[in-house]
Parts: sequence; C-alpha cells; structure tokens
Amino acid sequence: MSDRSFQKAQKRAAAEIFWNRRRRTLFVLGAAVLYLTVTLAAGWFMSPECYDIDYSAKFTAPCPAHLFGTDYMGRDMFFRSVKGLSNSIGVGILASAVSSVIALILGTAAALQGGALDRFINWCVDLCMGIPHLILLILISFMAGKGGRGVLIAVALTHWPELTRLVRAEVLQIRSARYVQASYRMGKTRREVAKEHILPQALPVYLIGVVLLFPHAIMHEAAITFLGFGFPAEVPAIGVILSESMNHITTGKWWMAVFPGLMLLTAVMLLDAAGENLKRLLNPNSGNEA
Amino acid sequence: MKGQKEPVLAVKELCVSFTMYDRGLNRREFEMVHQLSLTVNAGEIVAVAGSSGSGKSLLAHGILGILPENAKVTGTMEFCGRRLEEASLKKLRGREIAFIPQSVKYLDPLMKVGRQVIGPCSRAEKKERQEKLKQVFARYQLEESVANLYPYQLSGGMARRVLISGAVMKPAKLIVADEPTPGLQESLARETLCNFRELAQEGCGVLLITHDIDLALQMADRIAIFYDGKILETVPAAAFSGDGRAFLRALPQNEFAAEQKFPGAGNTEGFRQRII
Amino acid sequence: MKKIMLTALRMLTLLTAISILSFLMMAKAPIDPLTAYIGTNSTISEDAREEIAEYWGLNDPPLERFMTWAGNTLRGEFGRSIVYKQPVLTVIKERFRYSLALMLIAWLSSGILGFVLGIGAAVCKDSILDRGIRTVCLVFQSAPTFWVGLIMLSVFAVNLGWFPIGLAAPMGKMASEVTLAERIYHLILPSITLSILGIGKITLYTRQKLLEILDSEFMLYARARGENTWQMVKSHGIRNIAIPAITVQFASFSELFGGIALAETVFSYPGIGSAVTAAGLGGDVPLLLGIAIFSAVFVFTGNLIANILYGMVDPRIREGFSHE
Repeated sequence: MSDRSFQKAQKRAAAEIFWNRRRRTLFVLGAAVLYLTVTLAAGWFMSPECYDIDYSAKFTAPCPAHLFGTDYMGRDMFFRSVKGLSNSIGVGILASAVSSVIALILGTAAALQGGALDRFINWCVDLCMGIPHLILLILISFMAGKGGRGVLIAVALTHWPELTRLVRAEVLQIRSARYVQASYRMGKTRREVAKEHILPQALPVYLIGVVLLFPHAIMHEAAITFLGFGFPAEVPAIGVILSESMNHITTGKWWMAVFPGLMLLTAVMLLDAAGENLKRLLNPNSGNEA
Repeated sequence: MKGQKEPVLAVKELCVSFTMYDRGLNRREFEMVHQLSLTVNAGEIVAVAGSSGSGKSLLAHGILGILPENAKVTGTMEFCGRRLEEASLKKLRGREIAFIPQSVKYLDPLMKVGRQVIGPCSRAEKKERQEKLKQVFARYQLEESVANLYPYQLSGGMARRVLISGAVMKPAKLIVADEPTPGLQESLARETLCNFRELAQEGCGVLLITHDIDLALQMADRIAIFYDGKILETVPAAAFSGDGRAFLRALPQNEFAAEQKFPGAGNTEGFRQRII
Repeated sequence: MKKIMLTALRMLTLLTAISILSFLMMAKAPIDPLTAYIGTNSTISEDAREEIAEYWGLNDPPLERFMTWAGNTLRGEFGRSIVYKQPVLTVIKERFRYSLALMLIAWLSSGILGFVLGIGAAVCKDSILDRGIRTVCLVFQSAPTFWVGLIMLSVFAVNLGWFPIGLAAPMGKMASEVTLAERIYHLILPSITLSILGIGKITLYTRQKLLEILDSEFMLYARARGENTWQMVKSHGIRNIAIPAITVQFASFSELFGGIALAETVFSYPGIGSAVTAAGLGGDVPLLLGIAIFSAVFVFTGNLIANILYGMVDPRIREGFSHE
C-alpha cells in the first residue's frame, strides 16, 4: 500500500528471485542426497578398525585426532557415528521401500475399488493409527524377537497408514477428472486406465510422500534402538550410541551425545526440508513455508 | 444539500498496479486501474458500472485502503478536502467512510451478527452502541432477535439489511457499497437501493459499485461507465432516457465480454494469490 | 449427537481389534514368558515349572488362552506383571499418576505457548520474529526427543546444576516424605523435553491457519470497518482458529504417549513410559499388553474429545447445518 511496505514487498520479491523455489528445492534436495549417500557409502566401506577399542584413549574430549571424541572403550565417536547413521539410513531405505509399496497398493486399491474394500482399508489405517506409533513399534519388534531384524520389520510395517491415506485421496481426485472418465467411456479397461492415466498422475504426490516418510523411518529406528529393542549393543547405531552416552552424561561426557545426535538431526531435517520444498513446488498453496 | 462545498470524495488519476513475478525471474507490473478520476458529492449516489471482473472492486478497496500489500497506488484521493493517506484512512475507516460488502461471506461465520454490527468497543461504549443497534435494526425492520443469529442463519434480505446496518452505526459521510444487489430478487434489490437513496437524502455520499446497470439507472444520480480499468464516461442518469439507451446497448457487458488481458485479471482473489 | 455415537462405536470396534491383534502378537513372540519370569539360569525343577505353566494356563491352546484372557480383561483383570510383581492394573494406575502430571504440563504448555507463538508469527509474517519462530519449530519438529532430553540433562542438570539428574523425587526419600515442591522440581526438565516434541506442530499449524483467516473476506470487511490488526486477531482470528488448534492438540495424544516413553527413559522417571520399556525388555507380556491397550484407549479418548469439541463450538455443525 504505502511506499515503504511496497519497497519491502519489492525487496522480498528480489530475494525470491535469487532463491526461487525451484532453485532452493534443487539445492536442498541435492544436499540431502549428498549427505545421505556420502554417509551411507562411508559407513558401508568403513573398516571396523576405524572404531576399534583403545582403552588408552578412553573418554577423550573432541580434538583433531578424534573429531567427536572417544567413548568409554576409547572407540572413535566420529567413525562410530558415521557407521551408525549409515546403518540407520540402511534401515530407513529398506523400511520405507516396503512401507511405500504397501501404501501404493492399498491406497490405489481403496480408491479404485471403493465400497467394502475401501471401508476395510480405511479401518485398517485407523487401527494402525490408534496405537501410539512408538508402542506399536515396541510390540512388533518384541514379537519379531528384537535385534536388527525386529527393528527392520517393525519400522517397515508401521509407516504405511499416512501414505495410504495420501495416495487414496490423490487417486480419488485423479479418477474424477474428466479425461479419465472419458477414457473409461472409450472402452478402456480399468487396468489400462490405472496404468496409463492414474498411476503416472499420482506418482509425484506419492514420491514426495515417500521422501517425507523416510526421515520418520530413520528417527523411529533410532528411537527404538535407543530404548533397547533395536540393534544390539555391539552394532554401531545412533540409538545404541546415545543410549550408552546416557550412562556417561552425568559425569560430563557431553560429546558422546551431542555429535551423534546432531548427525541424525541433520539427516532428518534435510530430508524433511527436501520433501516440504518438493511439496510446495508441486502445489504452491499447501504446507508450511520453510 | 449544503450548497457548493467540496465533494465528499474526489479521486484524481488513481492508478492501482500489482507487481508479479513470472517464474520468479521476470518482474512484471500489471496496472489494473488506470488514471481514474471520480467525484462523489454529499447527498448524491454515484454508480460505477462495469462488467464483472473489470477491477471495480479494486477501486472500492483502494478508497478504503484495504488493498493487499503488493498493490501499488498512485494518484490522489481527497475526503472532504483532506488528503487520504494511510494514517488518516485508519481513523476514517468504519467511522466516516463506511463499507458495505457484497455478501454474508464478509461476516465472521462464528460470531453473532449483533456483535459484528456493533464492532469491537470498550465496556463503557457498549451500552450506548447496543442502544444504537436497536434503533438501526428497527429502522431496517429487523427484529431484535436477529442480533443473536449467526451469519449462515440469515436470509438473503436479512443479510443485506444487516450489512447496511453495519454501515450506518456511525454517522458516515461516505458509503462505499460493493455489488450490493447480485443474487437478490428484484423486489429486494429495489428495497436495498431505496435504502441507499434514503441515506443520500440524509446527506451521505454513496458510491455504488455494480454490474447491474439497469438498477443503477433507476437509483443513481450519476453513472460512471467503467471498462478495462478506466472510466469511459461519467454521465447524469437522466441522460439515459430515450435514445440514450442505445449507448447502453453498446456497452461491453451487454454486447461483448471484457477482453481478458492477463491471466487471473478478472478475478481479484486469484490474482492476489498469484502475485509474488 | 448421532455422529458422535457412530464415532464412538467405530472406536470400540477398533479397540477390540487392537486387543486381539496385540494378543496374537504376544502369543507369537519367541520369548517364553516362563523363562522370562523364572530367569534363564534358575535351578527350578521341571515339576515346578510345569506347575507355574499350568497356573498361568500356558499349556492351553491359543484360542482358549485368548478367551480366558479376553474374559479377564473385560472384568478389568490384566494379570500380574512379571517385572514389577504386582497386578498389571495397579502398575498402570501407579505409574500413570506420574506420567499424567508430566503429560499434562507438557501438553498444556506446548499448546498454549505454541498457540501464542503461532499467532505472533502470523501477525508479523515474514519479519525476523516470524522467521525465527519458524526455524526453531522446524528444528524442534525434527529433533529426536531422546536426544533433546540428553542435551537438556547435559546442559541444565550436569553443567549448570540447576535441576536434578533424574527420577521423580530425591533419592532415598520415602514416598510420603516427598514434598510437592520437590516433585515439581523433578518434573521441569522432562516436561520441557516433552513440550519441545509437540510445540513445533501446533505453532506452525496455528500460524498457517491464522494466515488463511487473515486472508479471508470477513477480515477484509473487519479492516474496512476500522478494526486494527490486533482487534481483528483478537475478535475474529482467535475465535476462528482456537477450535481447530485445540483439536490438533487433542489429536496429538498419540505422539505424546510415544514421547513419554522416550523422555521417561532418559530421565529415569518412574512413569508409564519407562514401564513399557521395562516390560518389553523384561519379556513382561501381561504388562506390555495392558499398556498397549491402555495407550489405545488414551489415543481414542483424545480423538473422541477432538471430534466432540469440533461439533460443539461451530454453530453450523452444532445445529445440524451442513454445507453439502
């Protein structure tokens, strides 16, 4: 309105040009992918010697030789954290792959079939969301016998409900579009329409949903490992590391908790930001502005 | 009428433009209202008539200073001889300049209409305002119980009268009404316009923004023909008798639709979201 | 009213299904409850083992076991906890008292603070304040609760020494001697940790919702009638966003329950969250089942309240008016 607020709007718009949404999304997405692949690869190819036990160097505060310090057995925290995060990312990838396939099948089936199947799938979604997620994770990993396998199963089997809802809503919307209705009327079978029109259209929303699901999977793996239901103590995992650090934090060994947690936080935040930015690129009027 | 005083509202060379960024790279300025001049005298109804989506509402919003942030306004506006600026507008809005919106959509859906008509006020003022509300409602044949209804419960005619009540709670000198009649039955529309005439006779200046030129003709003293962000001509309503009708027939909304110059230009709402 | 009944009915079927599923899961669990109870290297005789198994009905076929269990559950008997050597219901009641205080404080403070911050951010959209609030919220939303707890502990309890390191009361004190002040003192850090979990969501939601409302036509009209920003937010803004925000807050019971499991473990706080961890690790099936069902009831209650609230306050829904 006034000149001043107009200038303000102009300035903001100028910043928008520089950091325009597309460029920012690419940047965040690139950063997230880079961070994850580097961590994953580094963890994968790391020799266990990097975080070998060395009692002579136990409880070393962060220094150039040990960037993140060492723990109560003198293991280097930097290498352990990288290895741990790479394990978490591995679980995250597998789990979100399984969950997203379940969600895609259930969501499309519910939307295209409708009727009783739709109601049943919705009921299942409500069922899974009715128990606190963490409690459900504990139950499933307990049933599956704890350990790495248990945590993988638990995380893979519990992340589909929200994505199913998303896919269902999207498919319903696409199905009602005129051109889809037209191709039904032109005599195409349901399967053909689903393959040619609906799935390709639903794909972007689905993929963004998967990107947003991924950080949750990583975080939940870390959480139940932290509680003692996930990876066993000898496997380097962020949850294990933080759980051990709990015993030493009272004596002032802060570095054992701070750095591994920051690495996890960075991964989660980058993925979240990438997902949110992608979502806004697709649908400018939705979601929170990052 | 109080003789030759300065007009209630004098708009000179008003331009309203929006800045838009195309794909975040090309900055474009869209001028929606160009070089518009208009006066409204006390006791007079001036109708601005134009097809829907030609930017008439922007004129109303511009006068009240409630355009979105990314709008740029140039030109001058004077209210009873005083320059209208952001600061002075803040004091005048809702007091000396009243606004009558299009529909109940402009009322808070969760607040009883009585409280909305009264507006926010201190505890001391409250009693007096409630008294005034009763008077105003009585004047427009609204029952007192209407004050306790929610907007969605109002019928079309009730809603109109409630919205007018909101404008006359304080003695306004200028009333800006944005499309007050669409969707109303003819009798109701006529009743609404009669109310405006009454207000004008009490000394108000009324600026009526409408696309319904026939109704405008019946009630307004002067009619400004608004097309594509410009006022083509301002003529006394009396001129539209006999052969004057031929001119009417040539108007865009009767013969041809307004040309869509830019995307979303027709729809201020859509436009607002698209800019920046 | 009818809608609420239907919702309640739906929740009842879900609850039943959850009970059945959890029971099946536990029945399939590879951990032998007997071994868990007795301990792996105990010298108990085979006869005694058999006796205990008989007492618990462990030798019966699964269906029969389920019927017995379901019957007991309906009568409010969840069995005995193996870890705490007490009836499950007693453990839950006892522990939930502690957790309730924690959850209530965290829930209220994150809700109120989040609401206020969200309004502030929306009113000053794009200012430094707004950017700051948004950034902090995004960080909080992504931060793992247990890690936040560890950092809190490290900074405020260990380095600064302002707060105790854990537990719900000073060590070595009888429960009857603990004063209210001491309890509150021990509650502060865990509840801050738990609040951080929830505050991001409610703040960003409130902000987004208020921005939508500020953009609406009735706000334009309010401004045209001379209301200033504060009056607009006070009289129309809060009125229109309060109920959606409260609903979101009630619907977050699920995350809250997960959060206490983590926060209580970090602070060794003797609530229901640390009990569920202990039960899971100790192979305490009856307690685990009991808490799982309890948590489901808790979440359902939150959702039910959210549903009812939504219907009660909006006059359009209250009077059976619908847009469709």
